[in-house]
Amino acid sequence: MSANTIATAAPGAILGASAVKTGAVSTSFYDDYAVRNFTIMAVVWGVVGMLMGVVIASQLAFPELNLGISWTSFGRLRPLHTNLVIFAFGGCALFATSYYVVQRTSQTRLRFPLLSRYTFWGYQAVIVAAIITLPLGYTSGKEYAELEWPIDILLLIVWVMYGTVFFGTIAARKVKHIYVANWFYGAFILVVAILHIVNSMAIPAEIFKSYSVYAGVQDAMIQWWYGHNAVGFFLTAGFLGMMYYFVPKQAERPVYSYRLSIVHFWGLIFTYMWAGSHHLHYTALPDWTQSVGMVLSLILLAPSWGGMINGMMTMSGAWHKLRDDPILRFLIVSLSFYGMSTFEGPMMAIKTVNALSHYTDWTIGHVHSGALGWVGFITMGSIYFLVPRLYGLKQMYSKKAIEIHFWLATIGVVLYITAMWISGITAGLMWGAINDDGTLTYTFVEGVKAAHPFYIIRMLGGLLYLGGMVIMLWNVLKTASLGQPVRVAIPASHAHHVHA
Amino acid sequence: MSDFTSSFWPYFISFIVLGGIFGCLILLFMTSKVKQMSTTDNTTGHVYDEDIVEMNNPMPRWWMWLFVITCVFGLAYLVIYPGLGTYKGLKNWTSKQEYEQEIEASKQKLAPVYARFANMTPQDIANDKKAMAIGERLFMNNCSLCHGSDARGSKGFPNLTDQDWIHGGSPEKIKETITHGRHGMMPPMAAAVGNAEDVKNVANYVLSLSNSKHDINRAKLGKEKFAACAACHGAEGKGNQMIGAPNLSDNIWLHGYGEAAIIERINLGKDNQMPAQEGRLTPEQINVLASYVWRFSNTQPPANVPTVKPPVTAAVDTGLVSTAAAATAITNTAVETK
Repeated sequence: MSANTIATAAPGAILGASAVKTGAVSTSFYDDYAVRNFTIMAVVWGVVGMLMGVVIASQLAFPELNLGISWTSFGRLRPLHTNLVIFAFGGCALFATSYYVVQRTSQTRLRFPLLSRYTFWGYQAVIVAAIITLPLGYTSGKEYAELEWPIDILLLIVWVMYGTVFFGTIAARKVKHIYVANWFYGAFILVVAILHIVNSMAIPAEIFKSYSVYAGVQDAMIQWWYGHNAVGFFLTAGFLGMMYYFVPKQAERPVYSYRLSIVHFWGLIFTYMWAGSHHLHYTALPDWTQSVGMVLSLILLAPSWGGMINGMMTMSGAWHKLRDDPILRFLIVSLSFYGMSTFEGPMMAIKTVNALSHYTDWTIGHVHSGALGWVGFITMGSIYFLVPRLYGLKQMYSKKAIEIHFWLATIGVVLYITAMWISGITAGLMWGAINDDGTLTYTFVEGVKAAHPFYIIRMLGGLLYLGGMVIMLWNVLKTASLGQPVRVAIPASHAHHVHA
Repeated sequence: MSDFTSSFWPYFISFIVLGGIFGCLILLFMTSKVKQMSTTDNTTGHVYDEDIVEMNNPMPRWWMWLFVITCVFGLAYLVIYPGLGTYKGLKNWTSKQEYEQEIEASKQKLAPVYARFANMTPQDIANDKKAMAIGERLFMNNCSLCHGSDARGSKGFPNLTDQDWIHGGSPEKIKETITHGRHGMMPPMAAAVGNAEDVKNVANYVLSLSNSKHDINRAKLGKEKFAACAACHGAEGKGNQMIGAPNLSDNIWLHGYGEAAIIERINLGKDNQMPAQEGRLTPEQINVLASYVWRFSNTQPPANVPTVKPPVTAAVDTGLVSTAAAATAITNTAVETK
């Protein structure tokens, strides 16, 4: 099958295909086929994944909504929610923006354009497989890595193609230096490959059943080494790559400090790798492993804030733009949430704090201040920047809709995380309360009762956030249908930046 | 117990951890020393995608201090506490030791609270207000999840307020049950009873023992085949507390009422377990708890009808029933007694 037929098979890719067809001239245009498709799908999966989130949040508040069907039960929809929002929504956004950014900042078109198309269809296949298998109950039982081994292998193949395209493009760059955004995207692609391979090592028993090669506490440690680095490299490094391109672009300001980006990049790379064991404080994990996890999680604070500072300070001189630029507002709020949750994280990794927070809703709140606040907002801002440019327009179909989306999302996140803070700390205190006779002051069910109102508030917060996402989908589709997929010419390189 | 398979790994861990932390500090120090760029506009001179340029502002001083302080804290922590491979740390601290000390301290603290009950009879404990308050808290935290907040159980979980005891209802027996748990096992009996018709007949005979709704003719036919059941349940189906065989003649049905339910039990048998509480609760706590449970079925006036006021805590409160599995037991009041 030629690239041409694959390309035309997808809606909204006609011009991308013609760029391929015209052969000789094509090298002077960026290849945005995969960018466009991944962008649209990021929004679509965002809606579906966040809907799943609202469904399971409702089930926690009102268990009858399980409907008594195994397919719609919490235990099966929860992994579907996490897979969809992290890997489908977040993943598609990372594919889209990395393909876009690496071309622009390297002043060259994607290497192996055909492979970039395969990564699109392959990645969608992985997502569809997740949507089918997870509700059916096929799971490896590893959090955030539930997909069974055949899907794991498909994902690995897609990921190797992704790396080939990305690093191939870097290698073919027409500028001398590699832009900082690409360091982060590169680290994300490389480390996620390692994490995926090591954590998913399993012995297949049947077509959709396998057993982890690790056992006991080693399995738990590998799982959380993976789990926390999924946060560190998928949800942080990748999205920092996004931040480093779209923030200076939208603010039209220079990046604040090159040397800060060097220090915080290497700081993040080193310290994140060790932080996973803070998920296993006060367990069978050896003491030394817990100590190392705690110490390096704490040291992680500064490198994380380095990214926030660089982003925030890049905006300095452009603050007045926040008044009438909702896209910039998305970006700045995302950085605020990034700063807040990367302060919260190291605090929660301290063992004495963890003794209170562990196993409570505080953790859920923390994750969502990062996921909804940081990852969600930076993605939304970036996509609002991208979509008009991908379809040859000056701006989104409705600026008013972006405004509404912004406020719905902001109120949604705030409701969500404050509800979880209160519920989590309440639970931590109630579980820890002991009477003089050695009995627990509160029964389990009393703790559940105390959490109930906050579960309803969390559900409402999620609903608002989802509502914003639905408006975004409408706005994106309107914009896409208003414009035409365009080929963007690669500008001539500045002479003194030409490679070799 | 060693966490390492060879003496290489502790060094490896220490080297990487310390090297990484010092590496961060050295990188920070060296980067902060970098001279200003040669360009006049304080940028690196790189231009990306036509208009992205990078300034090279110095790193904020407060941020650098934050970085240094966290690194220093981290290093100090690794000197004091275990972290660098097999190095035990200055304090020689272990989580196991801390846990044992806490348990010991709590035992010391609890001893006087329970000492008063040590020489009291179970009946006296049951009449002691303070003991019963403790008993209620123990029950709510440890027993109510299965037996219900009102102790009336539900399907598969015995009612503790009636006179029907599977293993015996004396305070001593209750103590034994709580301490060691119980494992009730009835094997599938269909083969021993006969064919499907025989099983159905026996089921009707079993129903007839408690004057429940049954087919008289089938019951007659089933009586003979009941011999297979009598080994455990007794010739008259009155059960045997020694081996935990339930009484079949009292119209109390732990695992379901009616012909179909009984046929299922004969065909499939039943394996039901209550976990042992020793290790979770101290013997002194079990002593109090046993009296608390005993009291449900032994208050004035003694009768089959439980008159003990069901224990009430916030957990019994309404509005919550849907939220917790534990609470659903509350609504399933008694074992099916038709």
